[in-house]
Amino acid sequence: MKLPAPRELLIPAVILAFGLLAPVLAPSYRGQMAFLWVMIVFALTWDLLGGQMGYNSFGNILFFGVGMYACVVVQRDLHLGYYAALFLGMGVGALLAVTVGALIGSGLLGLRGHYFAIGTLGIGIAAGELASGWDFVGGGGGMVPPLFPGAVGGRETFFYYLSFALAVVTFPVLRFLYAGRFGLAINAIRDDEDKAEAMGLRTTRYKTTAWCVSAFFLGLMGGVVGNLVGFIDPREVAFAGSTFGVWMVLMAILGGKGTLWGPVLGAAIFHVTKELFWTYLLGWQRVALGLLIVVIVVFFPRGILGWARERWPERFGQRVDEPASEAGR
Amino acid sequence: MENLRLLFAAPSLSLQLLLDGVLIGAIFALAAYGMALVWGVMGLINVAQGELVMLGGYAAYFLYRAGIHPLLGVPVAAILLFILGWALYRVVVFRVVDKDLFISILATYGLSILLQQLANGLFGANVRTAESGFGTLVLLDGAVTISEIKLVAFAAALLAGAALIVFLKRSRMGQAIRATSQNARAARVMGIDTDRVYAWTFGLNAAICGASGALVAMTWIVHPYLGLPYTVRSFMIVILAGLGNVFGVLAAALGLGVAENFAGFVLGAEYQAAFIFGLLVVILVWRRFSLARQRRYLT
Repeated sequence: MKLPAPRELLIPAVILAFGLLAPVLAPSYRGQMAFLWVMIVFALTWDLLGGQMGYNSFGNILFFGVGMYACVVVQRDLHLGYYAALFLGMGVGALLAVTVGALIGSGLLGLRGHYFAIGTLGIGIAAGELASGWDFVGGGGGMVPPLFPGAVGGRETFFYYLSFALAVVTFPVLRFLYAGRFGLAINAIRDDEDKAEAMGLRTTRYKTTAWCVSAFFLGLMGGVVGNLVGFIDPREVAFAGSTFGVWMVLMAILGGKGTLWGPVLGAAIFHVTKELFWTYLLGWQRVALGLLIVVIVVFFPRGILGWARERWPERFGQRVDEPASEAGR
Repeated sequence: MENLRLLFAAPSLSLQLLLDGVLIGAIFALAAYGMALVWGVMGLINVAQGELVMLGGYAAYFLYRAGIHPLLGVPVAAILLFILGWALYRVVVFRVVDKDLFISILATYGLSILLQQLANGLFGANVRTAESGFGTLVLLDGAVTISEIKLVAFAAALLAGAALIVFLKRSRMGQAIRATSQNARAARVMGIDTDRVYAWTFGLNAAICGASGALVAMTWIVHPYLGLPYTVRSFMIVILAGLGNVFGVLAAALGLGVAENFAGFVLGAEYQAAFIFGLLVVILVWRRFSLARQRRYLT
């Protein structure tokens, strides 16, 4: 693979430096900062399906919740050391999420368009309701992950760096996937699935793979967030369809779906806005968020980078044909 | 599974569940018919459907608090919700009508969250109900009981649905709505103001949801978070029945009411919501596989 030019490495380097130094510079905001990286992973993994493949899922939160529950169950029931149990749990969570994705993938991914959107919405909520009735995982009361063994306040720092690391790994993996044959295939599915299939692409296999990649990272992130929050509620934290589940869609759309950097940008802007709402509009923050969703979707359906790409297509590496009148002269 | 055995031991219990299910089903049918109307005419799936039901319920509740009998509250709730639906169309919905379907789903999902949180902020999260003061009918020597309000609500739901259908068949605006649903472009060429038709359609949908919500507030309870299950039920009923099939909608709604009642009894009330959403996924996947055999897919 060709290495990117030094100029293109500037922005990632700045982001990396910011991410590494942030907890030192602003220690009281570690929790919120950790959630910034969580949000970026949410938006990136949603965009893999929604933006690049054209399958708009409302149910990706399912994998997040599955990963979270699996991780905490491993931490609770296998009597290992804290870190061993945590990392084993994250791995189990990711594997379980991928398995779930592969199992339901062939059924749900055959649905197109809005049927897929509503079907995934249903499966995300059904999972939350099932979890809140299942006593093995604490039922409606939820679960509490084991106590962090380190110093007071060490927990936030540790999970901050863990979620940061996950975001840092997710981005290049997706970038690598988009750059190759896989990226072309899923873009072809987005543009015209019937034609892609007629050209000999095994569309179901590609779609399921894409869903499993998304599920893998969300499953890992579930384990991290479960421990970061310190309390797992089936409907409000793990399978939070009406918060995280919608936000991941919204962030990708705000930044510009189908672009590489769009979800990152959208997640950052959305997260800051959301935290401001929580600080200054306490009590009405959720109303303001609902309003924000409507405004973004109705007025900026193409998103920031989508708008920029339309404005300056040549900067996004698209060849622009000269107008015919100039070419003829 | 304890309850399943109970069900076989006492057949009258099955009859009870069946009756309750049928009586609930008519109320589901109202919201579902509204969804089918908006979907068929405007090509838009309204995810805020359940929130309109919820607001209709609150309208009936506050009218009841003001001393108006809930049954009289039903038409008032319908009129109030018609105005709200009209306003929602004029402010938000008209911008997404001719857009990509996903954008309209997401926009109405945003509306649903907005309305739900507004209701939570304004009315509080408490569970409310509008007492109608009806008694209970006892049949078969006390083996089966029906609260009269459910019967009244069933009749009122059928009446409201019939009124909407007559409006669509007979009135000038109803004709315009049906023409637009057949071919919006041709309707525009023939001089129909389709924008006005869409506003009416969305308003009528809101009104029918409002009536159904008022019946819900009389028969059961209303709270700010009851919306999404109603949306999902409506969606399920519509994909089972198809667009523009009134008797299909009614049959599917009654069937869903019965199925839900039995599931709630057998699995326990805490799994009833899981059953609704799970059933949605099962129905969608079943439809997808049965169509895939003919190399077709749901459109």
